[in-house]
Amino acid sequence: MRLFEYEAREVVKRAGIPVTDYGFTTDPAEAAQIAQRIGGPTVIKSQVLSGGRMKAGGVKFADTPEQAEAYAKDILALEIGGHTPRGVLVDPKAEVEQEYYAGVVWDGTRKQPVMIFSPVGGIDIEQVAEEQPEKVGRRHFSNILPLSDFQAKEVIASTGVTGSALNRLVPIVTRLAKLFVDNDMVLAEINPLGRLADGSFVALDAHMDMENEARGRHRKLLADLGVGEEETRQAREATPFELAGEEVDATDHRGVAGNVTEFDGNLGLVIGAGGGSLTLFDAVRAHGGDPANYCEIGGNPSVAKACGLAKLVLGKPGVDKIAVMMSIVSNTRVDIVARGVIKACVELGYDPAEKIAIFRIPGAWEEEGFKILEKYGVDYADRSVSLNEAARRAVEKIQGAPA
Amino acid sequence: MSILIDADTTFIVQGITGREAVNLTRECLDYGAGAKVVGGVTPGRLGRDVHGVPVFDTVAQAVEHHGSPIYGSVVTVPPAFTKDAVFEAIENGVQLIVIVTERIPRRDVAEMVELANLRGARIIGPNCLGIIVPDVIKMGGIGGPAKNASQAYTPGPIGVISRSGGMTTEMSSTLSAAGLGQSTAVSIGGDAIIGQTYAELMPLFEADEQTQGIVIYTEPGGRMEAELASWVTENNSRLPIVAFMAGRFMDEMPGMSFGHAGTIVEGKEDTAGEKIARLAQAGITVAERIEDIPQMIGEKIAQGSAR
Amino acid sequence: MRADGMFIAVEVDDQAAADTALARKLTEACPVDIYAQRDDGALQIVEQNLDECVLCRLCLDASPDGAVKVIKLYDDGAVL
Repeated sequence: MRLFEYEAREVVKRAGIPVTDYGFTTDPAEAAQIAQRIGGPTVIKSQVLSGGRMKAGGVKFADTPEQAEAYAKDILALEIGGHTPRGVLVDPKAEVEQEYYAGVVWDGTRKQPVMIFSPVGGIDIEQVAEEQPEKVGRRHFSNILPLSDFQAKEVIASTGVTGSALNRLVPIVTRLAKLFVDNDMVLAEINPLGRLADGSFVALDAHMDMENEARGRHRKLLADLGVGEEETRQAREATPFELAGEEVDATDHRGVAGNVTEFDGNLGLVIGAGGGSLTLFDAVRAHGGDPANYCEIGGNPSVAKACGLAKLVLGKPGVDKIAVMMSIVSNTRVDIVARGVIKACVELGYDPAEKIAIFRIPGAWEEEGFKILEKYGVDYADRSVSLNEAARRAVEKIQGAPA
Repeated sequence: MSILIDADTTFIVQGITGREAVNLTRECLDYGAGAKVVGGVTPGRLGRDVHGVPVFDTVAQAVEHHGSPIYGSVVTVPPAFTKDAVFEAIENGVQLIVIVTERIPRRDVAEMVELANLRGARIIGPNCLGIIVPDVIKMGGIGGPAKNASQAYTPGPIGVISRSGGMTTEMSSTLSAAGLGQSTAVSIGGDAIIGQTYAELMPLFEADEQTQGIVIYTEPGGRMEAELASWVTENNSRLPIVAFMAGRFMDEMPGMSFGHAGTIVEGKEDTAGEKIARLAQAGITVAERIEDIPQMIGEKIAQGSAR
Repeated sequence: MRADGMFIAVEVDDQAAADTALARKLTEACPVDIYAQRDDGALQIVEQNLDECVLCRLCLDASPDGAVKVIKLYDDGAVL
């Protein structure tokens, strides 16, 4: 879950890393007051979870509080990358001598966090790594041995930084590594990290991404930051259809029937499991199908949940039929899913044989499942029909043969 | 032969009294000749039994009751307790740990893996279904009830490695239908950080005489496929590999996660397109459809070379 | 007493249904809460849960032979 800059800066500040004396607000008049308090030129920055703020006009430099207010008003109304800003940050315009980069990410291959440091900051670190690889230092650190300053010292020194800058940077990078671990971040980045005229360092922008699975153990921090429990902060905001999918999945604690993503097409999909859904979605599209949605069934959900999911998809405007398909199941039961999707059709007043274009779920309890499908006249397939072939049949039946 | 487990493997189930764990224990006991489930652990439930398997409060009690070291453990406890359960297993001499639990923060996974490395133990998962040696033993929920597992998995020359548990069975079933059985199939888990990646299992398959070819299931997200490509190139592997890449549609949707926690496309190297190119460069054939896999791997084996 | 869902019906003979000890055993045994106890302790079949039946037979194991019948409506009324 990505944090907004103003939240990320707060996390940085709490970790003992110096930040500028900024203020966050959703009100232009208050922006003027913050600028007044700062007393001098300020930077007004849009608070959106989207890249390219600068290019989109979401960052402006103000000389006076009046200007700060006017810019704040503009920026608050400016949508960037489809996102409305959460507010604006009013930041003192620091006199920076040099911009540095400091970050920590996971390395899934080494299975350890890695500190990344560069004396070339303010731009994308991947670009620096490509153009000036000698200016980017990396160092893995242990998950179970104590974190110690020498590790940060090594990574900074490896980029040629020495003197008092090195000694002042070491605690900052160590603290960043510590906050990364302590807060279950998957990304913690200060960019730029500015060196001021007096030789001190200050974080001028920060990016933080907290692992979703770990949110439960950071309730206090998230509450302090004002992050709502319902906020998912996906790359794209959830649609009402997707939210309804989450509600279906929350009906009870048994298994999964959800993870719904909305698409524009008319081919309704009730699919699973994790890998099966990915495979089937690709296969449907490869055959020219135009899916209405993506979803996942797994972990043996209740009949009620499978039913709720099928109803949701059947109820989507433009959807006439659904294709019910999964890779061979071993935990989820064929008969339970069959009951759920048939029940959905019947309760909506439809004939299951008409509405279910194809049912291809082989595996656990398939004998019982196939009996149910036969009773209701639903077209079903066993494991001798591949996922790909099932997807082809679904496309043919729902959208007609490709022209 | 097989990799990781065989007919003599002993293991315990941690969290054995949970609803899914009870089923899993039944399935493992019913399957093959080798299922030696020598105990289960659920704190506070000492003295109970699950399908005849004695339940203990601690792993140490299970080891003591068994009278000699226990080789493996299937861990299926809630995410908040998984790290401790795995540490407990490792510190009691367990060498192979299959973590079934989903939604474990990666910091915890990384800690478990690092301790396992220090102690010479191996972790499979998390968020996986385990390991199966057809007709011999299964460790975990892989393949489901014994009857269903026998339908999909047959003994033979193919090693299967998959980031998706369900697709491990789908691919093995397709191979079996074409007369190509499996030496061992491993569901390695769908998370961003897992105990054993493709490249880490390859040396075991390389050393296994029964294995003549490898089939893998891959997804967008992470660098695991790039790691495999480098391993294959650097080690001059004898084993031909066919890969299936799911989730190609995700390349159009950066920042979104589908299927498994580990699938999110965060950078250029994470994309399906980039991975397919890397795998192909290393001589790994990438199949468009599951049903094409048996013929592809069969031909590569017949040609008698990995490239 | 008998209650029918779309796929599953459950029939319990009246004498067994009045047995509060048996009612408690059935309530505890069923993993999908098809059985419950009324305020007076007698058995109650929870109709909305009937179709959740996983055919586990635990209710059959918990009751005297023939007292409880689980009927598969999709299979010509076959009795579990």
